[in-house]
Amino acid sequence: MTDAAILKKTPPSLPILARVFFWIGVMSFGGGLSGWIHRQVVQKYGWMDNDDVLSGIALAQVLPGANVTNLCVYVGYRMRGTSGATTCLFALLAGPTVICVLIAMAYHLLQDYPVLQACVDGVAAAAVGLNMRLGIIGAQRVMPRIAPTLAMIATFLAVGVFEWPLVPVVLVIAPLSVAAVWPRGARDA
Amino acid sequence: MRDDSTFSLYMSLLAVFVPFSLVAIGGGGSIFAPIQRESVDVQHWITGREFVELFAIARVSPGPGSMLATVIGWKVAGWGGALVATAALFIPSSILCLGVAKVWNRYRGRDWHKALETGLAPIGAGLMFAGVVAILKLAHAGPFAWGLAVVVALILTWRPKTHPFAVLLIGAVVFNIQLWLAH
Repeated sequence: MTDAAILKKTPPSLPILARVFFWIGVMSFGGGLSGWIHRQVVQKYGWMDNDDVLSGIALAQVLPGANVTNLCVYVGYRMRGTSGATTCLFALLAGPTVICVLIAMAYHLLQDYPVLQACVDGVAAAAVGLNMRLGIIGAQRVMPRIAPTLAMIATFLAVGVFEWPLVPVVLVIAPLSVAAVWPRGARDA
Repeated sequence: MRDDSTFSLYMSLLAVFVPFSLVAIGGGGSIFAPIQRESVDVQHWITGREFVELFAIARVSPGPGSMLATVIGWKVAGWGGALVATAALFIPSSILCLGVAKVWNRYRGRDWHKALETGLAPIGAGLMFAGVVAILKLAHAGPFAWGLAVVVALILTWRPKTHPFAVLLIGAVVFNIQLWLAH
């Protein structure tokens, strides 16, 4: 079955992809972009079915990189191949790149106001809570199994407590962790 | 026209963010600890205080939270730096993703998909907690910030549908009340 055969309709053109992903990027205040992409691509435009996008979300989470840009690349690739993926990625990032620098510039001008300082501290603390929640979701998924739990704790201790460099830590722990859960007698390599 | 020093700043941004792009398992939040260490302690691009500010700015901006790299790039080398850092953080992982997406489609639902997912997920979770610790170590309010972060995590566990922007707003309001009470 070819990729095109899995798709429900004729894939959208590149300019349409660019427009839709540009607005997803700009409107995505507060995060939750993967939810946005799912809503637009499946529910609003019906370009892909639910399972296809969920499979993309799983892939996006497994691979390194921001989950949302990975999902965006996946959707773009399924629609229009490599040029679709490139279009979606640049369209998604264009708006937010400009907006976050403008916000940083505005903050730079106004940073002497204590109210703004307190806002920044409060937002930072709450945003840390958002990340903590993501960590908890991940922890709940791995806790029942011993090897993944050990991998999680080892990663946290190495990077968070001992402050060892990330790249070598991941390069050592990732293969061990995957090997520990590798299916015995796998059908394919 | 760019002079040598701007060019070398672009090069250091690339040297820092490209490798992080390829090990950010579990999303951008997983590399906040090493980004903090590199940009504050190693490269001395920004102070710890500035890191917390940029982290908050990236969070209230649209786009992925890892646009933290974009604002750090801007702080280091202006608009050019913002573009270089954004490209350095997002393009390598996207190329990898594109490559894997091609293979992935051909082998849907195989056992090794599951093994990769189960084997890499705990690393993402561990890195996420490491990022939490790194940022809270820098935050000024100390125990107060820790408390708020834990409360936010509990709210989201209890009410998963809460909009992320709502809890960011709560954070800003709570810290302003604290500021007001301190006077």
